[in-house]
Amino acid sequence: MSVNGAALVIEGLHKSFGRLEVLKGIDLSVAEHEVVCLIGASGSGKSTMLRCVNLLEPIDRGRIFVEGDEITARGVDVNRIRQRIGIVFQAFNLFPHMSVMRNVTLGPMEALGMPREDAEDRGLGLLERFGLADKRDDYPDRLSGGQQQRVAIVRALAMQPDLMLLDEVTSALDPELVAEVLNVIRELAEGGMTMVIATHEMGFARDIARRILFLDEGVILEEGPPEQIFSSPREPRTQRFLQSIIEAGRM
Amino acid sequence: MSRGGTPPDLTRHEPADPRSPQGDRGSRILAPLRAEGARGVAIAVLSTLVFFTLATVAVLNSSGWPEIKQAFFDGEIFREAFPKILEKFTRNVVIFLSAEGLVLVLALLLAVLRNLTGPVFFPLRLIATAYTDLFRAVPTILVIALLGFGAPALRLKGVPNSDMFWAIVALTLVYSAYVAEVYRAGIESVHPSQVASARALGLSRRKTLRFVVLPQAVRRVIPPLLNDFIGLQKDSALVAFLGFTEGLRQAQIIQFENFDFTPYVALALVYVVITIPQARFVDWLVARDRRRRQAAIGV
Repeated sequence: MSVNGAALVIEGLHKSFGRLEVLKGIDLSVAEHEVVCLIGASGSGKSTMLRCVNLLEPIDRGRIFVEGDEITARGVDVNRIRQRIGIVFQAFNLFPHMSVMRNVTLGPMEALGMPREDAEDRGLGLLERFGLADKRDDYPDRLSGGQQQRVAIVRALAMQPDLMLLDEVTSALDPELVAEVLNVIRELAEGGMTMVIATHEMGFARDIARRILFLDEGVILEEGPPEQIFSSPREPRTQRFLQSIIEAGRM
Repeated sequence: MSRGGTPPDLTRHEPADPRSPQGDRGSRILAPLRAEGARGVAIAVLSTLVFFTLATVAVLNSSGWPEIKQAFFDGEIFREAFPKILEKFTRNVVIFLSAEGLVLVLALLLAVLRNLTGPVFFPLRLIATAYTDLFRAVPTILVIALLGFGAPALRLKGVPNSDMFWAIVALTLVYSAYVAEVYRAGIESVHPSQVASARALGLSRRKTLRFVVLPQAVRRVIPPLLNDFIGLQKDSALVAFLGFTEGLRQAQIIQFENFDFTPYVALALVYVVITIPQARFVDWLVARDRRRRQAAIGV
């Protein structure tokens, strides 16, 4: 596995919460501009893996590289690392006491030290691109869930990250609001953004991902192109998982 | 906290929030009446009039009333005492406003120290914790006596011996301990996912605290903080213990001159007049927060 030339490399990642081992040795390489979808049951470790990549969870063992730099090395500046990696959460987590524009400019201004006008120019450009320019002065509680999640994506993009991590970003949305968020992610993929996406939206994963990873009990049990994973999964556990998804009518 | 409920005249002028659920807007005393309609209101008015008329007549005709009236409600003494008390009460106002300003800063500092994570900061956490424990344990009047009598007795250079100065210091020390706990509860009420979002953007701990945690925490603690301030304002009367001529001491002086307690009633009236509107304002803030939270959940 080559560390150089890959956007993200994970080697032997282990993570436990107390006695519970959530990640039991994850190895993964994501190329520049590649979109990878993580699927798997709740509790299979998808969220934990994404949080580890963003250093929101300290890891127990293993190494993680972003654009060739080891981010798990001793003495790295975690704030600098996080500036390069955008993450969007299931629960939006917008700052409720700030306007949409301030949500979007906070990172560039306070983490990157960008002057206000530049940050607002960048923010407005992104808000316009995703049809949110008229919401710039609104507070998050005035927005629908779909709008809030789109703002959360814009907030992450405003940092111009090398890599985006999306953690079940449509799971908290009403069904009719899912599409608008998925369309934003599609546009990002078409723009060449490198993304690791944990999702329960199998149809979307099939459309957008170059590669699907099936996470089961803390390991990547099976991976491959979407056609292969969704039509002829090799592992019995992958088959069972996909079967349950089909039975739930979510595919 | 909102024992008295919310006066309807305050909430009615609020711009109606289309998402806020109706009901629970008026006072808890009046709400049951509204449910009963016009007949209920008529009965309530009538029974209130009858009750208070009978009570007044009973009090005024009781054998001890003339003595009570003379000792506590002497109109002439009241007219003489009230302006004097009010004049000295301005000293209480200076004391409690100064203390409140200082408390806001010192308490926030203590709360932030107590929330520092990491083993290096253990001594700071320890100091902040010991401080809040200590000053919530010792009676306020004792702290006032200790500083007001004790500090000037040292005759140290540069140490002021003004009663007012030490009164402000004592009230600031005591109330900072309470308000620090209020702030701390507010800080802890900000959901960890807010911190995660800010840190994920690459913001440092300090900037996360400053831009994301504290603004939300402070907004939430305004009602309990104002309640503590009402307590502080009332406790400014404890300064009389130093012999400092503020409102209570002035009332006492007039009482000694006239052998009459009406000056105390006059001072009590001053406290009632400044305190009740603040308490109502707190109730209104609490009710507004509750409405907003319900609206937010409803989205």
